[in-house]
Amino acid sequence: MRALAAGLAGVVFSLGLGLAGMTDPANVQGFLDFSGHWKPALAFVMGGAILVHAGSRWLVLRRRAPLLEPAFSVPGAAPVDARLLAGSALFGVGWGLSGYCPGPAFTSLAAGTVDALTFVASMLLGMWLFAAVVRRREARKEHPASASSSEPVDA
Amino acid sequence: MHPFLLALAGGAVIGLAATFLLYFNGRVAGVSGIAGGLVGGAEGRPWRLAFVGGLLLGGLLLRFAWPEKAVFGALPARSPALLVVAGLLVGYGTRLANGCTSGHGVCGLSRGSVRSLAATLTFMATGAGTVLAARVLGGAR
Repeated sequence: MRALAAGLAGVVFSLGLGLAGMTDPANVQGFLDFSGHWKPALAFVMGGAILVHAGSRWLVLRRRAPLLEPAFSVPGAAPVDARLLAGSALFGVGWGLSGYCPGPAFTSLAAGTVDALTFVASMLLGMWLFAAVVRRREARKEHPASASSSEPVDA
Repeated sequence: MHPFLLALAGGAVIGLAATFLLYFNGRVAGVSGIAGGLVGGAEGRPWRLAFVGGLLLGGLLLRFAWPEKAVFGALPARSPALLVVAGLLVGYGTRLANGCTSGHGVCGLSRGSVRSLAATLTFMATGAGTVLAARVLGGAR
């Protein structure tokens, strides 16, 4: 059931991405292009998503728990740190270079192009590298208690 | 339909999907976090796989059920090596930042998170800088 619900959420999510034009890298790069060819459409995508999600998540979170899990896994407030800014900066460079962020990249695998496949494989490798670095660092540290605090909850 | 209206409607569908995942699974619809958990060996493998599989399935639906809309644009014609670098940066960067356009840009901003605002402003700034640099350096599309 959990997997079914998550799968359905993924399908709807990617239909939204496609409808919004996020699976066309030219739209994304056009949004990021301030040299006189700015395409503002992506701002409407984020605006529409935030409008709908901000309103409806509030209703959902009035429940004590989600339907299929014992509790919500929602990150709490945490301070802005160097790690957040450095990671976002790196991500932005890759995003600008390719026009792909993770969601549209997975959806674009359906196009069946070598480029999309190359990008997704590299992205997964990047994620794997990060996990490997974290594991190594935690293995070196001999304080098991600090392991959990070094890994903030995902946004 | 006007492209801006289509963008707004597509965004609304994305927001709805995020609420759906929260309602049923209690999870934040952050694509990099969900996929990163798969490669990083986090718990919840089945639902993570299903969500990412759903993204692909939705893409196939778009491609075959609605062929009139050119959903998938080509990637910028650059070298494959640059594409690999971009993928590595997106993968590593989003994990370091604990979120991407969906986790920080949509879900985080929806809950008024300061961290997510800082993240979103940062990746938009470096993204814009990169597009500008690509233009200036020639090679641009």
